Amino acid sequence: MTAISDRTAAKSTSINGAAAKHRPGALASSGSPLVRPPAAAHLSDEQVAEMGRELDAIRDDILAKRGASDAAYIRRVIKIQRALEISGRATLLVSRNKGAWVAGTTLLSLAKILENMEIGHNILHGQWDWMRDPDIHSTTWEWDFVTPARSWQHTHNDLHHRWTNVVGRDNDVGYNLLRMDADQPWKPHNLGNPLYNAILAPIFEWGIAIYDLELADYQEGKKSKDSMKRDLKALGRKVVTQFTKDYAATPAVAMLTGSGKQALYGTLTANAVRNVWAHAVIFCGHFPEGADTFTEEMVEGETRGDWYVRQMIGSANISGSKFMHLMTGNLSHQIEHHLFPDLPSNRYGEVAPKVQEICKRYGLPYTTGPLLKQVGSSWAKVFKLALPGKKS
Amino acid sequence: MIRLRKLARAASVLTTPLAPEDVLALFNPVFSARQLRGVVTQVVPETADSATIHFRPGRGWKAHKAGQWARIGVELDGVRHWRSYSLSAPAGQDPAITVSDVGAVSGVLVRQTKPGDVLFLAPPQGDFVLPEHPRPLLMLTAGSGITPVMSMVRTLVPHRPDADVVLIHSARTPQDSIFHEELSELADQFPNFRVTHWYTGEHGRLDFGSTAQLEELCPDWRQRAAYACGPEEFLDDAEALWSSEAAAHEKAAPGPFAADPINLIIERFNTSLVGGAGHDGGLVTFEASDREVEADGNTPLLDVGEDAGVLMPSGCRMGICHSCLLPLRAGQVRDLRTGEVHGEPGQLIQTCVSAAAGPVNLDI
Repeated sequence: MTAISDRTAAKSTSINGAAAKHRPGALASSGSPLVRPPAAAHLSDEQVAEMGRELDAIRDDILAKRGASDAAYIRRVIKIQRALEISGRATLLVSRNKGAWVAGTTLLSLAKILENMEIGHNILHGQWDWMRDPDIHSTTWEWDFVTPARSWQHTHNDLHHRWTNVVGRDNDVGYNLLRMDADQPWKPHNLGNPLYNAILAPIFEWGIAIYDLELADYQEGKKSKDSMKRDLKALGRKVVTQFTKDYAATPAVAMLTGSGKQALYGTLTANAVRNVWAHAVIFCGHFPEGADTFTEEMVEGETRGDWYVRQMIGSANISGSKFMHLMTGNLSHQIEHHLFPDLPSNRYGEVAPKVQEICKRYGLPYTTGPLLKQVGSSWAKVFKLALPGKKS
Repeated sequence: MIRLRKLARAASVLTTPLAPEDVLALFNPVFSARQLRGVVTQVVPETADSATIHFRPGRGWKAHKAGQWARIGVELDGVRHWRSYSLSAPAGQDPAITVSDVGAVSGVLVRQTKPGDVLFLAPPQGDFVLPEHPRPLLMLTAGSGITPVMSMVRTLVPHRPDADVVLIHSARTPQDSIFHEELSELADQFPNFRVTHWYTGEHGRLDFGSTAQLEELCPDWRQRAAYACGPEEFLDDAEALWSSEAAAHEKAAPGPFAADPINLIIERFNTSLVGGAGHDGGLVTFEASDREVEADGNTPLLDVGEDAGVLMPSGCRMGICHSCLLPLRAGQVRDLRTGEVHGEPGQLIQTCVSAAAGPVNLDI
């Protein structure tokens, strides 16, 4: 236990590890974690290492194939998204007409979903950095979402993806708002779990924006005043531009045709639709029945193979059509995404059967199901954990 | 223009987080002020292995001086690659590069470029330019080293009756000699321009070991401002000859020639660091931090930097989060996951999973 608390203490100074030889967060080169997760307890160190090599090989195979057709893919999606965005917004300018309102709102909702998920989320993961196109790069991309891209990259890419589902390390387990794991101690306010979640869904982007400020870390002194100020400033700027675009400029232009109010309802609806959809997809990633959570002992001494194990058994997929995969930003391939977060998303579908085969051969669960079932399953957890009780 | 900018700012209220130009790019691919692009207007084959590519640059390009070079970006299998090419067009005209097929990028440029293609560009730069005041000139070029000099010759010779230019151009055979015909025509037409073609296939390399050969080809070479461009050894030899001659000259007559020193201006194409073999590692230079560390070929550059006390950005330490990206200034790195050796100046590399493959310079 001492070792673990040492590591936690070192977290805040992870930028400058010059003095410490022990680098917090670095994977062990061999051995095993203090405790292997129950679902993988039957595997030996050698088996885990061998499985890790097989997964590395899958990754290398995609890296070798990755090329012009992938580049053309992301550029095509970006083009389609921009066409949807301008046609949607333009149609809303005449949304006094009911048909125009429905069409405009639908187009804009689709555009916003594509922008956030298949485009924004994946570019910000660095999935397209290999193209060396400064316009489609994790260091330059900004998205149509309230939280600034750089803040989100830190909490998501660095913290959530590194520490996936480790209770106490990965705050994505409930976003400091919901009780999403039986190991999180029950408090009376958890009774509101379903209510909070229902409120969160349509304003999801605001929830994420606040979450990315890491208020708890700031209160505990793990986040400096300077970086808090910087983050608040960046968020403030982003809030103003986002708000102006959707809720002031677009309705203002629409007023020319007497459609100001309708256009405002249109943009509000489009943002809400995108938020509800993103919330649903993201909740399907780690909360449905079958996706495991982990303790800190399970990551202490973790090797690359064990890290892979945790990503696979801690994530859940959504099965469905090609269109559904596109609209979820291929987060329907959550397992593959967590194994290889920086492989281009259009390749996850191709990788999935190989990963599933590996899980089967090593006797590991591979959780997947249709959208409604997975959404239902994660909501069931939200309700169940509103009440006190240990793991079932 | 100012009104346009105001209009763009007004429009960006509706397009944020994108800029209006991102939306306009749907209709016109070169409409970007953020990424300078050019449209290829003409491709002229020069020799069997070289071609001149004329292009019309978009907004943001500045007119080149004769002798300057520009970075040109081309996509190969979805990946953008940048190379530097001398501009061969005369100053005052639309730019053109003359490229010899010597590698993957130049190969694509020579063989596959066609009018209408889009090139990525960086504005022209370089100090290999004509002197400010008219002086007799001597140009020494070898192979594709003729390209920047061609721009100078085209700029100067037809327009300046007072020009006095001697060009000694070395190539393997007449067929390999770029601009052969045009140079001969210019020499016929303008008596103030003299060309010597030197074919290494027949006569062997130009000998810079002593002054004898130079004396023969251009007796008054000491009085001329000299320019040289070509392969590394060619330039090294020329440089050695000039510096020994300058030293001797200085000793013999310290005073009277001070205004016109014997000097040679050189353009080198190849200043990049040589990649190391195997897993050797190399000297890692953190340029902005002014630190140098010898690193082995298996330690991530992130660890190397941290151990040297450099404030390195870091994240997951396993190559998934892209928080540790740093621009490579020079050298090559090895991806510790795949073993692939890669690296181009300006490329952002993941320091947590990259080790030095030979000397490496990082921009931090």
